[in-house]
Amino acid sequence: MRDARGNIRRLPGIRLWLSGGWLTFLVLAAIFAPLISPHDPLAQDLFAGRLPPFFEQGADPAYLLGTDSLGRDVLSRMLYGARLALIVALVAGTLTCLIGASLGLIAGYYRGWVDLVISRFIDIWMAFPPVLFAILLIAVLGTGLMSVIIAIVVIDWTRFARVVRAEAMGQGAMDYVASAQVAGRTRFGTALTEILPNVLPTIVALLTLEMGIAVIVEAILSFVNLSISTDQPTWGGMIAEGRTSIYQAWWVLVFPLFALFLTVLSFSQLGEGLKDHFDPVLR
Amino acid sequence: MSETIYELKDLRVSFPDMSRKPLLGAAPRIDVLKGLTFDIPRGEVLGIVGGSGSGKSTLGRALTRLIEPDSGAILFEGTDITHLHEDRLRPLRRRFQMIFQDPMSSLNPRRRVGGIIAGPLRLQGLDNIKCRVDEALDMVGLPRHFATRYPHELSGGQRQRVGIARAIALKPDFILADEIVSGLDVSSQAQVLNLLESLVKDLGLTLAFISHDLSVIRRLCTRILVLYKGEIVENSETAELFANPKAEYTRTLLDAIPLPDPEQAWF
Amino acid sequence: MSFLSIQDLTVQLKNGMPLLRHVSLDVAPGEVRALVGESGAGKSMIGKAVLGILPKAARLTGGKILLDGEDLQTLSQKARRQRIGARAALIPQDPLTALNPSRRVGPQITDRLVDILGWKRPDAEKRALELLEEVHIQSPDRVMKAYPHELSGGMRQRILIASAFAAEPKLIIADEPTTALDVTVQKQILKLIREMQQRHGTALLFVTHDLGVVSKIAQSLTVLYAGKVIEETTVKDFFAAPSHAYSKALLAATPKYTDPQGSLTPVPESVITAVEAEVAAFDEQARAGTRP
Repeated sequence: MRDARGNIRRLPGIRLWLSGGWLTFLVLAAIFAPLISPHDPLAQDLFAGRLPPFFEQGADPAYLLGTDSLGRDVLSRMLYGARLALIVALVAGTLTCLIGASLGLIAGYYRGWVDLVISRFIDIWMAFPPVLFAILLIAVLGTGLMSVIIAIVVIDWTRFARVVRAEAMGQGAMDYVASAQVAGRTRFGTALTEILPNVLPTIVALLTLEMGIAVIVEAILSFVNLSISTDQPTWGGMIAEGRTSIYQAWWVLVFPLFALFLTVLSFSQLGEGLKDHFDPVLR
Repeated sequence: MSETIYELKDLRVSFPDMSRKPLLGAAPRIDVLKGLTFDIPRGEVLGIVGGSGSGKSTLGRALTRLIEPDSGAILFEGTDITHLHEDRLRPLRRRFQMIFQDPMSSLNPRRRVGGIIAGPLRLQGLDNIKCRVDEALDMVGLPRHFATRYPHELSGGQRQRVGIARAIALKPDFILADEIVSGLDVSSQAQVLNLLESLVKDLGLTLAFISHDLSVIRRLCTRILVLYKGEIVENSETAELFANPKAEYTRTLLDAIPLPDPEQAWF
Repeated sequence: MSFLSIQDLTVQLKNGMPLLRHVSLDVAPGEVRALVGESGAGKSMIGKAVLGILPKAARLTGGKILLDGEDLQTLSQKARRQRIGARAALIPQDPLTALNPSRRVGPQITDRLVDILGWKRPDAEKRALELLEEVHIQSPDRVMKAYPHELSGGMRQRILIASAFAAEPKLIIADEPTTALDVTVQKQILKLIREMQQRHGTALLFVTHDLGVVSKIAQSLTVLYAGKVIEETTVKDFFAAPSHAYSKALLAATPKYTDPQGSLTPVPESVITAVEAEVAAFDEQARAGTRP
């Protein structure tokens, strides 16, 4: 029976490649943005406003994906936007994961009063409406990259803590944990060597999901003008600006939206694929 | 070296009953073991038998101090381990080992067989780990190259051998086997029992073998303890128990075993 | 005339790996046939194929299943479900997972009667009460209103037995119904299954790995290895002297406390090799089409 399941679960290989491919492309684009951008993303050229993308009539081949109402190059702005999106995804995702997963692991494995304290804390935390919480935080911290990252971590660590706690609790009831104790392993050692490897696939899946969420949150905050300063190009900011001129220049909105969509989808698909890859039982 | 491996005096264990926990306040406790007193002399193979809810697994977990008893005393080779702190217990742990019921859940699915057997050896700071792992695999009759396999790649019987190898690699004085054949096919069951029988003989092990099934332990065990609802109802030599069961419950257990013989009037 | 007749049944995994190899067997009304084998022998798969509940990865690739003389494979999906629902029932292995934990017991027994057979609910409830009494449950009204977790494992298995007999099926498939139970409870449940089966004259296909249980409950048995029928005989003949070497070894491995030295003998390597070779030769013959 194992063989059959193995065959069915092996199919996701293709989505791992597609999502990994898009994300690799994005990372390269972000790193080399200054080299490959055809224009300065901030340079305005009011005589070249709202130029359509290359496949429409009246396009200027110098502006491949067209320009916005201020005559800024959409492609260049997207490339620079990718930088911010990825920085936010990686830093916020990783921090959220580290904090949430550690607390979840501790609560789920040590149980007792430690669990009681952490779990109640999570419950209280989750009672705050997240978007208001984020806006409030940024209002206090001021706009900027750091504030966006802090806001995401502060809001979302509970997601990791909850899931990892439940998973660690399940693993903690398994006999190999008792067996490690019989062998004389310390509680902390057991958590690290027995529990952690078994919750790792879940953590990996959550981490990539969180990276996708971070990209969205950043875009949302940019959209309401609460992210990074307005003169730095972000996808959310572009979408917000594009919205005002959707009937005159759809491309200003659609291209960054599409990039955002692909990126978030890729992160979640990558997570699913990696989860299976990390599992020796399915591998 | 003491002649008695384990000495138990009026051992009591209780658990909170979550199903009857009131909305506010603590859950009432259920007594699982209600004052057990018995010894396990060196070299004995003790069968611990009882139905579900008899407390046999709890007794096993108390002996290996996976749980801390409420009251009474457990002396391991004269040392009182009843409430011993885990830090003080750790050096002793090497000497009492455990084989678990479900080899699928007692072997970490993410570690290879070699790592699973080596883990406890490293923890106890032993040398020549590779040699000891090979030796343990030899003793349980598994080829040495199985060290690189994952548990899910093995059959049920092979997995249970890995569990045995992990326990004997530490060369303990005492091994507790908790229902280790109940999930196996009859042929693997016979193999594992035979293996244990020869290990007991060759290594001079003291063994406690927990089972719900009297029929599998006659050949292996020298003495049998019958538990019913947390109390010892019978503690007899094996031959004596089968020839002349003293407790009513022991007779019920014996009568309930379906012998592979259509001529036996059973129902 | 047998009620269930399986002819040349072949079930394979989607990747072509065989789970059942040209299995044929019959169960007559009132007969108890045991299906014996080790894990992976395909004994549960036969019951699943008959009930039309094969796992998704497996499919029926050949052979016939006749239920009361009617070939199930020739029927439409809907007609097949209806026939099986009316004529056959299952007593599952694990009484803990076979009942829905968030519903009361009563409706779980009556559902089948109401949904499949179109009974009126009061009639179905009356029938359920009768059945619970028949399986020796002390206060049936109370149990009907209970949730599964409030009942013991043995009690739940009694309810599942009552539920299996509810629609007066002519065939019951019991899939290791006592494996999860204590020996003392096992005895009560086996007694109950036998009593119900005899009273209703049901054909019973009893899947088990325990030859001790076989000797008590069945009249005939089929021994399987790797999805192939190894031996098919009566219980009386089998326990007097099994004819196949593998069956013999299986019997010698079965624990028998009255004979500690003569039982619990592991199946010898040579027997495994021989039976593996037999299965391989059988596959070869089947492929060449030389087998009748």
